[in-house]
Amino acid sequence: MEFRTGSGDPKILLRELAEAPAAVRRIVAHPYLAVRGIARGGLPSFWDLVAFALLFGTLLLVSFGTSQFGAPLSALEKTPVDLHPSALPYYALRTTLRMAAAMVVSLVFSIGYASLAAKSKRAERVLIPLLDILQSVPILGFLTFTYTFFLGLFPGRVLGAELASVFVIFTSQAWNMTFSIYQSLRTLPPDLSEACTSLRFGPLQRFRRLELPFAMPGLIWNMMMSMSGGWFFVVASEAITVGDQTITLPGVGSYVATAILQMNRGAIGWAILAMLIVILLYDQLLFRPLIAWGEKFRADNEPGQVQPESWILRMLQRSRFAALMWRPFDNALNRILRPRRAAVAVSQSSLQLPAWTPLALDIAWYGAIVLTAAYGVWTTGRYISHSIGFGEVGHAVLLGLATMTRVILLVALASLIWVPIGVAIGLRPRLAAMAQPAAQFLAAFPANLLFPVAVALIVSFHLHPDIWLSPLMIFGTQWYILFNVVAGASVFPHDLRDAAGNLHLRGWLWWKRAMIPGILPYYVTGAMTAAGGCWNASIVAEWVTWGHTHVQAFGLGAYIEQASTDADYPRLVLGVAVMSLFVVGFNRVLWRPLYSSAERLAGIDE
Amino acid sequence: MNEESRNPAPASAPAATSAAAGQPGETVLQVRGVRRSFRRPHGEPLVVLESVNLDLHKGEIIGLLGRSGSGKSTLLRIVAGLIKASDGEVIYRGQPLHGAAEGISMVFQSFALFPWLTVLQNVEAGLEAQGVPPDEMRELALRAIDLIGLDGFANAYPRELSGGMRQRVGFARALVVNPTILLMDEPFSALDVLTAETLRTDFLDLWIENKLPIKAVLLVTHNIEEAVFMCDRILVFSANPGRVVAEIKVPFKHPRNRLDPRFRQLVDDIYSRMTVRADAGKATVLSIGERLHEVSTNLLAGLIETLASDIYHGHADMPALAQTLALEVDEFFPLAESLQMLGYAEIANGDVHLTPLGQQFALADTQSRKVGFAKQMLTRIPLAAHIKSVLDERPGHRAPAVRFLSELEDYLSDSAAEQTLRAVTMWGRYAELFTYDDAAETFSLEMPEAETVG
Repeated sequence: MEFRTGSGDPKILLRELAEAPAAVRRIVAHPYLAVRGIARGGLPSFWDLVAFALLFGTLLLVSFGTSQFGAPLSALEKTPVDLHPSALPYYALRTTLRMAAAMVVSLVFSIGYASLAAKSKRAERVLIPLLDILQSVPILGFLTFTYTFFLGLFPGRVLGAELASVFVIFTSQAWNMTFSIYQSLRTLPPDLSEACTSLRFGPLQRFRRLELPFAMPGLIWNMMMSMSGGWFFVVASEAITVGDQTITLPGVGSYVATAILQMNRGAIGWAILAMLIVILLYDQLLFRPLIAWGEKFRADNEPGQVQPESWILRMLQRSRFAALMWRPFDNALNRILRPRRAAVAVSQSSLQLPAWTPLALDIAWYGAIVLTAAYGVWTTGRYISHSIGFGEVGHAVLLGLATMTRVILLVALASLIWVPIGVAIGLRPRLAAMAQPAAQFLAAFPANLLFPVAVALIVSFHLHPDIWLSPLMIFGTQWYILFNVVAGASVFPHDLRDAAGNLHLRGWLWWKRAMIPGILPYYVTGAMTAAGGCWNASIVAEWVTWGHTHVQAFGLGAYIEQASTDADYPRLVLGVAVMSLFVVGFNRVLWRPLYSSAERLAGIDE
Repeated sequence: MNEESRNPAPASAPAATSAAAGQPGETVLQVRGVRRSFRRPHGEPLVVLESVNLDLHKGEIIGLLGRSGSGKSTLLRIVAGLIKASDGEVIYRGQPLHGAAEGISMVFQSFALFPWLTVLQNVEAGLEAQGVPPDEMRELALRAIDLIGLDGFANAYPRELSGGMRQRVGFARALVVNPTILLMDEPFSALDVLTAETLRTDFLDLWIENKLPIKAVLLVTHNIEEAVFMCDRILVFSANPGRVVAEIKVPFKHPRNRLDPRFRQLVDDIYSRMTVRADAGKATVLSIGERLHEVSTNLLAGLIETLASDIYHGHADMPALAQTLALEVDEFFPLAESLQMLGYAEIANGDVHLTPLGQQFALADTQSRKVGFAKQMLTRIPLAAHIKSVLDERPGHRAPAVRFLSELEDYLSDSAAEQTLRAVTMWGRYAELFTYDDAAETFSLEMPEAETVG
């Protein structure tokens, strides 16, 4: 009896086929490939040409953009930033490459760090709280240290400054990606995990077949968020003054910095336009395809409601040229990752350790950590008391309170404006579909490019900087509130809306009973992101210049920026430390409890 | 019924060795005194699986039959090398087993397919780990796919397939590595009735015609009919702690006829064996740590009303009733036992009948049902009485849930303790014995009407 239940009526018995030549087998295994191969003959398609052009264009651009890395630092000073618009594409390229390099570093880091934290209990105890602190540290405060460090590594080379800039962007991108992977690794589906063990996967195969794919959707989303946050920092990190040395790396950021110095309004307009185009291109060429591709890694076995689409992905999938280019990589990957029979046999034997080993390791590990931490506290205390005294700490905390007041007021204000708008948009699916990318785009746009405009206004209208510099802090991050609320409102259950209508819920009662509980988890996520961004932005927003005009607000951000410009390291460390404490405290006391109660209210499990 | 040889193994020491006469073939796997327990911070270690002995012979399908929490899945996972035994060992190919072994593969209840791999890639994944060269891998995978009836689907992703087709992929992936022993963890329970039956018969056809490389099968199930339909021997497990209470030989030849009176008789017989413990437990006084099943009060009321109706007149045969209500054993037993625990029904010899209290309940209106239910809970379920008395004693009439949970954890595993507490919360709310605030995780006596008016 032939076992054929459930399949249609195949013309060829696959058992016969198993003995057929490999080429025939491949065709049957991939009927789609076979049909296309026959139908399209050997002629390259339009998509092939596009793919070809894209590939070699990219290669060319990368080699062009990196050709200066080996040059001495003095070369930067000899070639000042050219404010002519025709120079902008090159600067945009350099900025983009910096972003890409930082993203690669972030990926490698986050995978390594998250795997370590997810697999070792001992590492987890230290790494996760550390990560939590790291993501709360205002990165811009560290610009000075970073540059000093990397310029020291490569004295007098452009490479050092480039690395410093990449490092700054990396520190703005890596943490949430790491959290996302860690979260995925902790919540691997138990049945798939068991299947891996049962199929006797090695660690590499497990990573490739289970862990990485499962983490992929979250990772892609967080990459996109990181990238959108990163533009802000790339702009801020390209032109930096450390003490008496000013370094301007060729890029959109330094273009803007120079334009500000020369009070060239036209150049700023061009820079904004260039940035818009770059962000659009990144979105279209990188993230739309990634998201559409990432769909296949969703662990729920049901098809998603709205399938994200991307013309680039479609092109790559249809282009035979792209497939041809990819094949060697795929083969190499398979060759590296494929376990050998010999290796499989070896891994069977296991190491026998005495029973007290774990306890001894625990004592040694945690002991070392406690000692290191104690030493760190002692050194910091001594450093501060010797150099600036503890009175300065009080001053910094006071400044911190001022900035905190601003952050709270701004988030509240932005919420009052954007929540009703967001809900109104989210409840209209068509509008939401259009508004969502726009809001994401606005969030990605580096708001610091617009600061000069604000300064000009403040100066010409004689406005009070303590008040009128504040909106700049939230300018770039308020969009997180908008698009999270839009997302929340657009998934608000239809039956609940109908029920609310049926019960004649109107006005405030409608918000209180139906809408607010429904969107709260989304809103909290957005507000948390916006507030976090505000703290960081305060460093550049409380201290703004236009030409030689200088406007400053009373706050911790200005304090840090000033210490940074003066190369006053003790005050810089103090300022950054105080701000980190404020952010961590904010997260623990306000956002986390709020988020968990919001989740419970909205009926989301766990 | 006289052909079958039973081992009426005493519940205390279930030496379920199958040295019975007439066993075919060599022994492919031995389970020797395998036991699993957890250490807990205080009190005795919690036993999940009492010591089990089992010989798996060539040509046998052995069923591990029991309800959730009876340790059957634990035993299967120990044999699969997914978890470690606390005591005892599994002997395979003359050696104690450490971790997942070559030649033992597993089919999962949830299929456990990688959603991001195609059918072909999923099947190849099993070979990949063994370092099979790509060409050979493709060939073997295609053969397995063909064997299991998936031709034409090689390129599909799991999400494009129906449940039945997905489980076929699960089978193909398990079979492609040429295993000696196939472990099946409730492989058909996530499928609808028709699909499950097709898969069962297809599998048995291959098995009987010797088209499969496997020498023996271990099948975990909670479906009595499925066990009698497929297995040569059935180990019946009981819960808390999990242990083997009986070993039953199935004397029928394949293909088996479900309507055969002898088949039906054996199913009935196993039903009553599985309710033995509940029957004996009737006389004993329950403790605070008695496990409660999370069964909704609507279901309880529904079953009482069904039993009281003109069709059953307060008395029903359990297998027949379960089938009529389209309830699996795993769903039906907790229901019937909860009724027994509350004194609304009696279970004996695979039958269930309503007590006078149960009849009364069926006729009563909502409010008197609740009053009666509260009384039954307080008198028959020590945990409910305990919570109520603690709340009565405390000045604010409030108590945190953690308190009762940690008390329960002295008797039950963590998950069973949580389930029991959820069950008593649900029943207590229905009976208006106490209220529970989920946000604060506290029990209290105050009813919310007073505060939320307006």
